Amino acid sequence: MIATAGRRRLGWAPSLGPPDRVLTLLALALSATGLLLVWSATRLGGGHALLVRQAVAVGAGLVLMWLVSRVDLRVLRAYVPLAYVLALVSLAGVLSPLGVRVNGAHSWIVLAPGVQFQPSEFAKVALALAFAVPLGELRDGQGRPGFDGVVLALVLAAVPIGLIALQPDVGTMLVFAAMVAGALLVSGAPKRWLLVLVAGAAGAGAAAWQLGLVRPYQLERLLVLVRPGADPGGIGYNAAQARIAIGSGGLSGKGLFNGEQTAGHFVPEQHTDFIFTVAGEELGFAGAALIVLAVFALLWRALSIARHAASRYGAVLAGGLVSWIGFQTFMNVGMTVGLMPIVGVPLPFVSYGGSATVAGLVAIGLLQAVHRSKPMQA
Amino acid sequence: MSRARLVVLRLVAVAMLVTLLGRLWVLQVVDGEAYLRAAADVRIRSVPLPPTRGQILDAHGRPLVTNNTRPVVTVDAVALAHQPDGGRAVLTRLGQALGQPYRQLAEKVRLCEAGVSKPCWQGSPYEPIPVAQDMSVPVALQISERQQDFPGVRTELRPVRVHPHGAAAAHTLGYVQGARGRDGLEAAYDRDLAGRAGRRDVAVDNTGRVTRTLRQNPPVPGNTLVTSLDSRIQTIAERALARAVAGSGASSGAAVVLESGTGRVVALAGRPAYDPGVWTDGVTAREYRSLPLLSQAVQGEWAPGSTWKVASVVAAASAGYGLGATYDCPSGYTVGDRVFRNFASADLGLMTMHGALVHSCDTIFYRLADQLWQRGSDALQHTARGFGFGRPTGVDVPGEAAGAVPDAASKRAYWRATRAESCRRAGKGYPELTDRARAAYLTAIARENCRGGGVWRGGDAANLAIGQGGVLVTPLQLARAYAAVANGGTLHSPRVGMKVVRPDGTTVRAITPPVAGRLPATAATLRFIRQALAQVPRSGTASGAFEGFPFGKIAVAGKTGTAESFGHRDTSWFASFAPDPAYTVVVVLPEGGRGGEGAAPAAREIWEGILGLRERR
Repeated sequence: MIATAGRRRLGWAPSLGPPDRVLTLLALALSATGLLLVWSATRLGGGHALLVRQAVAVGAGLVLMWLVSRVDLRVLRAYVPLAYVLALVSLAGVLSPLGVRVNGAHSWIVLAPGVQFQPSEFAKVALALAFAVPLGELRDGQGRPGFDGVVLALVLAAVPIGLIALQPDVGTMLVFAAMVAGALLVSGAPKRWLLVLVAGAAGAGAAAWQLGLVRPYQLERLLVLVRPGADPGGIGYNAAQARIAIGSGGLSGKGLFNGEQTAGHFVPEQHTDFIFTVAGEELGFAGAALIVLAVFALLWRALSIARHAASRYGAVLAGGLVSWIGFQTFMNVGMTVGLMPIVGVPLPFVSYGGSATVAGLVAIGLLQAVHRSKPMQA
Repeated sequence: MSRARLVVLRLVAVAMLVTLLGRLWVLQVVDGEAYLRAAADVRIRSVPLPPTRGQILDAHGRPLVTNNTRPVVTVDAVALAHQPDGGRAVLTRLGQALGQPYRQLAEKVRLCEAGVSKPCWQGSPYEPIPVAQDMSVPVALQISERQQDFPGVRTELRPVRVHPHGAAAAHTLGYVQGARGRDGLEAAYDRDLAGRAGRRDVAVDNTGRVTRTLRQNPPVPGNTLVTSLDSRIQTIAERALARAVAGSGASSGAAVVLESGTGRVVALAGRPAYDPGVWTDGVTAREYRSLPLLSQAVQGEWAPGSTWKVASVVAAASAGYGLGATYDCPSGYTVGDRVFRNFASADLGLMTMHGALVHSCDTIFYRLADQLWQRGSDALQHTARGFGFGRPTGVDVPGEAAGAVPDAASKRAYWRATRAESCRRAGKGYPELTDRARAAYLTAIARENCRGGGVWRGGDAANLAIGQGGVLVTPLQLARAYAAVANGGTLHSPRVGMKVVRPDGTTVRAITPPVAGRLPATAATLRFIRQALAQVPRSGTASGAFEGFPFGKIAVAGKTGTAESFGHRDTSWFASFAPDPAYTVVVVLPEGGRGGEGAAPAAREIWEGILGLRERR
């Protein structure tokens, strides 16, 4: 029933407005930069296999981005419950025998040898979509999210966050929390709700500490942030090597493919979570700052889209997506320059990783869909 | 839609942007230099590359010491540590292949750190650790071909010193331990032979795994030492010496062959010898103690006996004695209250100095020494020192002995140093000795030395004149003195090394034996001595040994020496030289009996070998 209804309503609405070319260009530029940096980080020893895989991921992501950007939000809205349930199922799947442990976290599902994906990346998309439903549609008398809406949104967020906590994947949990906060902020939820949430988060953190739920390595990562010199050979090693790689790049860098630190593979996970160290070393402050600026230009554009969204749903969706990309960028770059604890999150559009790349580009597609949608008839 | 809320998000975004850019600025621009230095420290590890040691060749380019490679199994400790079980499975398999228990291998590849007991690897963790050498080729191949079973294990060829002539000239060539020459030419020319170690700078990742080679400074191979040794003559000398040692019942011996005119060393043979191959596998402390490391040719000292008389004749000539004058050679000559006997108490009648040398008359030299002593002349010692005795020749192999030329001062000093012991022995005797005659003799001397002694007397001079009574020479000293007699009086500091050449064959430097002095003798005196010595193998004391020798082909001249040593058999000497080839050959056989019986036949064998007259007997 629902499916037929959906199919009937699904159509490449000719009434959609023009896409935001700047947003697309920025996403393309960042993806291209990512390919160059992945190439540089992996060309010694690894051949071109990783570069090719990443290029395929970018290509697939661009196709999906284009498809998604052409869907009317009202059409999309009908599939949100399905996407959400799929996200939950796949998140639960990583804890099943299908899941693979990588770097201490169960965060991958292997479909076939070599074919694997990271459900938490797609869960970000699903969460952004689902979260916006109650916040955008359940309102009190003043046009703000009602009590029911906020509670429902929090419940919708709590389930995937809980599943990710079981992996455990601290980085993704923090990104989810940022998405919740951003979407709530944009939705116009009353300030007291936001305060209650902040207090609740602080309380939960304290409780986790008291109950011993915080694992020793997580504590160590925080301590390293406070005392960068501590334990340079151990947990502080990654942080120290990342800083050395970036710092040694200087103002203009050593040139693409000329990074000696990069060639020496001193920085672990350099093509994935630590890709920014390659930019720092080889492109210097000029290149690294340009990447950061590009991401923030993209966010700035996305915030404009949120502001001019034709529907509250679109605005809240855009707010969630902006929070995701913005916070994840800050976390990622922050941890390579020693501002943030080292938690594994990729740099959006730039890091190697099929799931993250596709999810990031789909998020751009969603922003375009918000941008192009006509006012929704409620 | 609340615009204020979006402004909040924009402010948050700007704050994050500013924070990141500011941090990047500090990191890359403000502190960039410091991080650049830190980067250089972190990424490079240096691995030393050992150079190939230079060869040692003989005068004709034949190798005396060269290098060979042997398979060595090495283990990369870092790669091992990366395996899930820390390399246990690999080492167990390797142990099975090599026939070594796992535990033993594991101990060898442990890196020495705090808390690790020895044995452990003290070198760099980036250096392959050798765990086995000298395994059979099939085993080495098995390991190198089954790399999937032996990750981090490599078989490589490493150079070892090879001595193609075995024990020949082992003492002269010396040996190498831990890349350093420890004795002989290996030590004397270590700076030339060693070469310079290279260095490979490798990039290592955070786990210490080598990711690539950044630069390589290749090792500079050592230079080749070309010696004046003739491996053919060396072999002949070794063989003659070995036969003479065995035939005479001596326990040791030495033979020296010099180029008379240049002071270059042609052969240095010594017994007992050892095979220098023992150093290759490492020597235990017990083995080391039992190795005959003393080079008899350079470090052995014995009384020269009558070979010394050439110096005494020169002393006589310089003191005004006519060489052509006739002297009586009675059976005995009395100095003070002691009768000094001629060899075998023979009365040989009147003879010139020529005859005194040819027939080795002792009594003529006793009288000569007694008269010089009474005159207060030290012509004997002075001349002896002029022949280079009593101090090292300065040969280019380490550890040379000085020999001894006794005189009044040295006798007094020795007496002072030993008086207390002499007086103790004078009272107590030598009860520990089973040889009663020897005990009585030593006790008598002790009594004399306790009472007075330490005074140089006519008897001391008489003994000195015939190369006994505390005179000590090394075979090399005697050889270079005779070479000087042969070459007209030039005393060289002998050299084994002839030139140092680069691996490409170009000469680094030539080594010329420096002139150490001139014999204190006129050309006429030397000619007189040469003529006399030419008679010795023909009709003198060595005529038995040289019977049938082709003097027409080569006019070998020489002098026998028989030094008495109380309680031991005589030390047998023969010192000889020839005009062409202008070589000097000296042979000594301690406890070898009379000079004409032990050493002279061995010297004849060497001469015949040099001439190619006797390839095999």
